[in-house]
Amino acid sequence: MVLQLIQGLFNGLSIGSVLLVVALGLAIVFGLMGVINLAHGELMMLGAYTTFVVQNTFRPLGEPVFSFYIFAALPMAFLVAALVGLALERGVIRFLYGRPLETLLATWGVSLILRQFVRSVNGSLALSLGVFCLLFFGAWVILSRLRRDWSELRNRVLWGVGILSGAIAFFTHKVLDSNPTFSTLWFSARNVDVTAPPWLRGGIPLGNFQLPYARIFIIVLTLICVVGIYWFLNRSNWGLRIRAVTQNRNMSACLGIPTDRVDALTFALGSGLAGVAGVAIALLGSVGPNTGQNYIVDAFMVVVVGGVGNLFGTIIAAMAIGIVTYLIGSGTIAALLLPIDALKPVTEFFLFFATTSMAKVMVFALIIAFLQFKPAGIFAPKGRTAEL
Amino acid sequence: MTVDILSRSQSLKRERKRQFLLEGIAIVAIAIFLIGVMPLLLTPFRLRLLGRFLSLAIVALGIDLIWGYTGLLSLGHGIFFALGGYAIAMHLQLQLPPGQIPDFFPLYGVTELPLFWQPFYSFPFTLLALILIPSLVAGFLGYLVFRNRIKGVYFSILTQAALIVFFNFFNGQQKLINGTNGLKTDTNQLFGVVVSSQPAQFAFYTATILILILLYVLTRWLTSGRFGRLLIAIRDDENRVRFSGYDPTAFKVLVFAISGGIAGISGALFTVQSGIITPSAMDVAFSIEMVIWVAVGGRGTLVGAILGALLVNYARTFLSEQFAEVWLFFQGALFLIVVTVLPDGILGWLRSWQWGKVRALLGMSAPVVTYPSLEQDPEVQKERQEVGEDGNQ
Repeated sequence: MVLQLIQGLFNGLSIGSVLLVVALGLAIVFGLMGVINLAHGELMMLGAYTTFVVQNTFRPLGEPVFSFYIFAALPMAFLVAALVGLALERGVIRFLYGRPLETLLATWGVSLILRQFVRSVNGSLALSLGVFCLLFFGAWVILSRLRRDWSELRNRVLWGVGILSGAIAFFTHKVLDSNPTFSTLWFSARNVDVTAPPWLRGGIPLGNFQLPYARIFIIVLTLICVVGIYWFLNRSNWGLRIRAVTQNRNMSACLGIPTDRVDALTFALGSGLAGVAGVAIALLGSVGPNTGQNYIVDAFMVVVVGGVGNLFGTIIAAMAIGIVTYLIGSGTIAALLLPIDALKPVTEFFLFFATTSMAKVMVFALIIAFLQFKPAGIFAPKGRTAEL
Repeated sequence: MTVDILSRSQSLKRERKRQFLLEGIAIVAIAIFLIGVMPLLLTPFRLRLLGRFLSLAIVALGIDLIWGYTGLLSLGHGIFFALGGYAIAMHLQLQLPPGQIPDFFPLYGVTELPLFWQPFYSFPFTLLALILIPSLVAGFLGYLVFRNRIKGVYFSILTQAALIVFFNFFNGQQKLINGTNGLKTDTNQLFGVVVSSQPAQFAFYTATILILILLYVLTRWLTSGRFGRLLIAIRDDENRVRFSGYDPTAFKVLVFAISGGIAGISGALFTVQSGIITPSAMDVAFSIEMVIWVAVGGRGTLVGAILGALLVNYARTFLSEQFAEVWLFFQGALFLIVVTVLPDGILGWLRSWQWGKVRALLGMSAPVVTYPSLEQDPEVQKERQEVGEDGNQ
């Protein structure tokens, strides 16, 4: 009975820590810019695919090195996701500042593109994309140095250059596609599997259950991420700036904080955290183009319940949602109530919700009920501006 | 002076009357064209497709009402769409000899009709239910959210979560509503006619057009009067509306419920024309797509919502028939372009730029977009010339 509860708590904790690592980046970005990034799940997916690629690169290196590929995958996944996030912020989101609903739609567009990109990426697509970027941004840089009257010409020239380099890239794509080395898909739409290194398989036996090492690893990883973020936000210069902009953007700008650089940095950081989360979910199961979608809405709920601009709210919300989801979904509550005859209707009620998907129904109802008392989350931002 | 204002307000009234008349004539002409001429031009398959897209245009109207006018971005309209679809599908499933139950029930060991299926034997009840159930659900959800002044992105995210919750519920309950497989409608009968047969489909097509017009008129009426101005006020500055003594919550709940009801009607019409309703109608992607129809056409313009729904859906069929891979790229790009380059959609773009140019070409005076006094003030004109700004066309 006690063991069952402990196991339930552990599993809930591990679900919660996955949620937390997913929601962490989301919460920071939302707190700072008021932007919900619907492409967050796809950034996770990119992190997971990076893990897959790193694993395959390390495989030929032999056993002692290979078993530690995960430590190379973590920074790589962070970097890849952070770079994509940076490009997303510089390319799209910064033009939509102050229009959160439009940003929501734009990031959904990005998420669709990323999903299809992973499905249909091959050598020729990647190369032609590289050619396009090289030509377009190369021309941009060169022209902006050469011409004095650049700011007047800018829009017209960029259209021309864009169309031209697009055409060249399309041509490259067509030519290369006839060559089988370039036209084989890298990942295709099928799921890929990341095999956990040997030291992450198995687990600590506890009675007749097991605490899997992979889950423990994820909990530790989440802890490190949380501590790292806490340190970064509270002890570093950029963290100070981020907190300042979160509290009052205009005032920070007046005091000389480069808000657009803060935005870019924060977005990259949040995206990088999504990449790290991607490594974690790669350890839990196979990875496909739609993997991110499975986690993303729960992560949104964590942000909604946790409240804006407070790390502790996010942590508590993630753990609470994780544990409650598991306890209801696995039927632990129902099993615990079973021996008590007087509570039979209650038990049946919980049995009805004792599947993973039905647990979500219940948890959503609880969240809505919770928001009736605390509409701005666990830790609501204080002050008179909170109403706006 | 008073006489002047009076006569002006009268001429304004006359002008508006004339516009309404023109609009009415245009609507009737389009309806006659769609019902009378289109069936001759298109194959039955294409006609059915058009009917389906027109029924999707109905849900776009509902979304325009809450997003374009009231500023609430719902990512969960799939719920109401599917609820309407399930209501009509349940009625069609029950068109059986007495004593029998729909054929999927025995597969899961259910021998008796669940209680909530019983009222769907009656056609009038079903008609009422497919409007009322979605709007009640929308109203309830809206009440719980709006009364706490949860708005903006929070609202969008909560509606999306609600969507997933409903999806999970419908997906998981095989014994109640056949789970993932959904409910088929095409082999059932309505008033003794098989639903998928030619005459029945044509009847649905006609009904779709008539209902679309009816709902267009309804939403046009709602958005043109005081109610519409209040909705726009809520969109633009909710706090000021509250300080002016209105209760935005009630209006938001009401308009969300209306929008949900419209989505329900749309779902029912779509279901009978596509032959099946499954939980995939509550797919996350589908609900966001509905929003993009409105955005493409132009939010805050009802015609734009209808046009956008038709355009995007035709682009979708065309592209996925020709090159299946490109569609998602195209759709993603569409989201980005509409949001960054065309925030007012096609219709807004036409209105703000091209319409002025067309009028100028025809030698008419450019429409005055700012305050008339500002346009006619010689000092302002002089200053403008000095600054070198070409103003509004």
